[in-house]
Amino acid sequence: MPNKNLAPRDQRIDDALDTAGVRHRATLKQEWPLLLLLVFVWGALWQDFSPGNLLFGAIIALVIVNLFPLPPVVLSGRLNLWYCVKLFAWFLGQVIAASVHVAWLAVVRGKQTRSSVIAVPLRTDSDLIVMTVGHVLTLIPGSFVLDVDRSSSTLYLHYIDVDSAREVEKARENIRDIERRLIMAIGSQDEYEAIKNECSPRVRRKKEQP
Amino acid sequence: MEIFLDILVAVLLILGCLMSLIAGIGLLTFPDMLTRMHAATKPQVLGFLLIFAGLAIHLRNWTIVPVLIVAWAMQLLTAPVSAHMIGRSGYRTKHAAKDTLFSDELRQVVDKVSSGSATGAIPVVDSQDHEQDGK
Repeated sequence: MPNKNLAPRDQRIDDALDTAGVRHRATLKQEWPLLLLLVFVWGALWQDFSPGNLLFGAIIALVIVNLFPLPPVVLSGRLNLWYCVKLFAWFLGQVIAASVHVAWLAVVRGKQTRSSVIAVPLRTDSDLIVMTVGHVLTLIPGSFVLDVDRSSSTLYLHYIDVDSAREVEKARENIRDIERRLIMAIGSQDEYEAIKNECSPRVRRKKEQP
Repeated sequence: MEIFLDILVAVLLILGCLMSLIAGIGLLTFPDMLTRMHAATKPQVLGFLLIFAGLAIHLRNWTIVPVLIVAWAMQLLTAPVSAHMIGRSGYRTKHAAKDTLFSDELRQVVDKVSSGSATGAIPVVDSQDHEQDGK
């Protein structure tokens, strides 16, 4: 179904309906990565990736997204696989390190654990990036999103084992590093250009020291 | 080779289960609701990954791997949503002990919003006053 009321570069949709009261619908061009995922799920559930089965899965995916339309997920139209792989490897490392840290807190510190609620203003305007930053930081043990201010792209998070002003700043910097990595991987071209020359906090600290 | 793989599977499964045990310990030892949320919502990320890796090696069957990936991905998609919903509503109740927090940058915002709705209620009181005046 063609979509006239949604510019492809729109990063944010404020309502399920546009000003004319027409429901926003994603175009096939915006939706194909998600359709591909549905086909993958279909194949995985049947444990059968033969062409016939995948074709049937594709038909079912098309029928489903047209019968039960959701507000479109606005993808940025840019995907860098190398940064995606890097992001995933970094994510796994963070999850392992943080799991050990939280386990240590649970067994040793217990009741003495102090944490903080931190506001992190993000640089992006994209709903998708704000949402994925929130997802990634929640999946890494030690922090989860309490609240979101969408108009200013600010995340309010609960961060465990943060009990000094220096650690608050460090935690904030970590979250903005997640944002940087996500924009490098899936952010729009403009945001990628804006953030390309920034390096990770650890490298920056090393540069500032000498 | 076979025995080596079996040992690897055992190690992966036990490490994965250990994550759930630690989550249980965390639920008991952490001081307040928000801190407990960390223990309650996180074991599936690493724990499931280890258990699924163990399963994939143990079953020695490639067709099972996509199913395990889908199951893990579903966990990754849904766990943060529940953590956020419980945390968000829990923060606004008495169960979120504020004395275990070092700093709280959300407090002001929530207070401002709730006092904002209180001033928004004033016209209602005014209209009642007018009605009483009229009588």
